Amino acid sequence: MIQSEQPMISVQHLNKQFGPGCPQCMNPGSRKLYKNFCTVCHTVYSCQDVSFDLYPGEIIGVVGESGSGKSTMMRCLYFDQEATSGEVYLQAYKDGSRNLFAESTQQKRYIRNHLMGKVYQNPMLGLRMDFTSIGNIAEKMIAAGSRRVSEMETRGMELLEKVHIPIHRIKEAPKHFSGGMQQRVQIAKALSNRPPVLLLDEVTTGLDLSVQASVLDLIKALQRELGISIVLVSHDLGVVRMLADRTLVMLDGRVVEEGLTDQILEDPQEAYTQQLVHSLL
Amino acid sequence: MNSLLTIEHLSKTFTLYNLDQQIEAAADVSLHVNEGEFIGITGKSGSGKSTVLRCIYRTYLPQKGTIRYQSAAYGEVDLASAPDRVMIDLRKREIGYVSQFLNVMPRTTARELVTQALLEMGKDPQQAAGETERMLDHFELDSKLRDSYPATFSGGEKLRLNIARAMVKRPRLLLLDEPTASLDHASKVKVKTLIEQLMHEGTTMLGIFHDLEFMEGLCSRQYHMQDGRFHEGGTPEAAGRFLRDQKV
Ligand SMILES: Nc1ncnc2c1ncn2[C@@H]1O[C@H](COP(=O)(O)OP(=O)(O)OP(=O)(O)O)[C@@H](O)[C@H]1O
Ligand SMILES: Nc1ncnc2c1ncn2[C@@H]1O[C@H](COP(=O)(O)OP(=O)(O)OP(=O)(O)O)[C@@H](O)[C@H]1O
Ligand SMILES: [Mg+2]
Ligand SMILES: [Mg+2]
Ligand SMILES: [Zn+2]
Repeated sequence: MIQSEQPMISVQHLNKQFGPGCPQCMNPGSRKLYKNFCTVCHTVYSCQDVSFDLYPGEIIGVVGESGSGKSTMMRCLYFDQEATSGEVYLQAYKDGSRNLFAESTQQKRYIRNHLMGKVYQNPMLGLRMDFTSIGNIAEKMIAAGSRRVSEMETRGMELLEKVHIPIHRIKEAPKHFSGGMQQRVQIAKALSNRPPVLLLDEVTTGLDLSVQASVLDLIKALQRELGISIVLVSHDLGVVRMLADRTLVMLDGRVVEEGLTDQILEDPQEAYTQQLVHSLL
Repeated sequence: MNSLLTIEHLSKTFTLYNLDQQIEAAADVSLHVNEGEFIGITGKSGSGKSTVLRCIYRTYLPQKGTIRYQSAAYGEVDLASAPDRVMIDLRKREIGYVSQFLNVMPRTTARELVTQALLEMGKDPQQAAGETERMLDHFELDSKLRDSYPATFSGGEKLRLNIARAMVKRPRLLLLDEPTASLDHASKVKVKTLIEQLMHEGTTMLGIFHDLEFMEGLCSRQYHMQDGRFHEGGTPEAAGRFLRDQKV
């Protein structure tokens, strides 16, 4: 039953700031900011006290205006950036008993290589543009301990087929690919180590509708067939509605509202969410 | 009879921040549904009928009141305050909602759409495939259409598919928000047959039908809504009660 279920990932009080802080902004309770920004010392508070649980096989949507901290949160969860404070627990790592942020660099690398996959908003960050597509996948598999070339080739081909990259193009470098194809190679790469958790930052943004549809379809299949838990950041409320059962709304680095996706979209409680829903629908 | 759903003093007011306006859509609504009943809700446009159904399903978040539901898996649950994860699970397994609109996944065929609903609740693939075919047969969805994408369907075809998807799960509680509003007569008759069949199998239903006469014979009781409030009526008992209350 649902009530006794353990979260796959539990994020607790995640904070990320850029800058040292000053008396005006140091104390979270009495912080005075312009949006996420301290006008005195110019510190940016990109994530403020972000907490949520992601359950096995669940897709959780994250929406919010540009600059609200969505990508920063994803970067902290994937250790691309170091969180300023907070805790995150992963069920697949030591039964969720350890705060990942407090683990050694080596352990973090292990977690990233073996237990998580990420698709970046900007494909330049997620792919080596001058490697072949299959080489990109092999790179991630080698990082996860794979050494057998034949195995990497088979798996690579299987994954690229899954994301509809034509077989005769898998030896091409992604820099020659369209944006949609690059995103799909990123997805294939992220899946190569069979991670229980996938972080997707704007996977469908900028793709034309038919490609978008095939990416959405793929994500849904991943959840259904492989039981992967997914954090899905998207500007597109239609995408979130289709894929996510629950949704978080972020503003100025904070989670201002969370609930069932259809409830967030049809009956938003916060003034900001109403405005967001009306402006994007 | 065992009660399945008891709503007490449910209120829902929408705050529209950009217009600085409040809309009281439901005010102090109370309603009671027993297991196996088919309850109709009537009322003028804007009287709050859909609001009540959507509060039960948590598409709307009620402000006040309780919605006590007797769940097979969880025992008594207050749907007005149950955790989101419990609501999601109940939607998968126990509570269905059919409206006039179909929310489809791209590149999912009609057949897959119905099968997925069954797989979600843990049925095995073979059983799910069989039940899907039977349901699509019942609605006489053309066999050519079964492997096409619903985005290309006519309004009536979409709607029949939508109803098929909700009904195939044989939910414990089915909420119907004018599911037949734009169907032709023949399709309506099919929906009615299925409703009858589901009733026999024990599904409890709460439905809004603008032509409730069409459901005659099925409907056990009616509630009439006016300005966000209920006025029970339409049954001999209610009339009798009303008369008794008039005694001075
Ligand atoms: N390295 C940095 N130094 C200073 N500020 C930063 C840095 N990285 C991000 N920020 C700031 O953090 C805030 C959150 O940025 P983030 O990229 O997380 O937003 P986002 O919600 O992903 O926006 P978008 O929807 O545009 O992708 C922004 O105000 C941004 O300017
Ligand atoms: N999501 C919403 N946001 C704001 N107001 C809403 C929302 N949903 C309903 N309302 C308002 O609540 C009132 C009741 O609406 P509701 O949809 O419940 O009526 P109804 O009885 O189902 O009408 P109809 O027969 O036309 O479907 C209306 O004034 C409507 O404008
Ligand atoms: Mg971003
Ligand atoms: Mg209505
Ligand atoms: Zn400061």
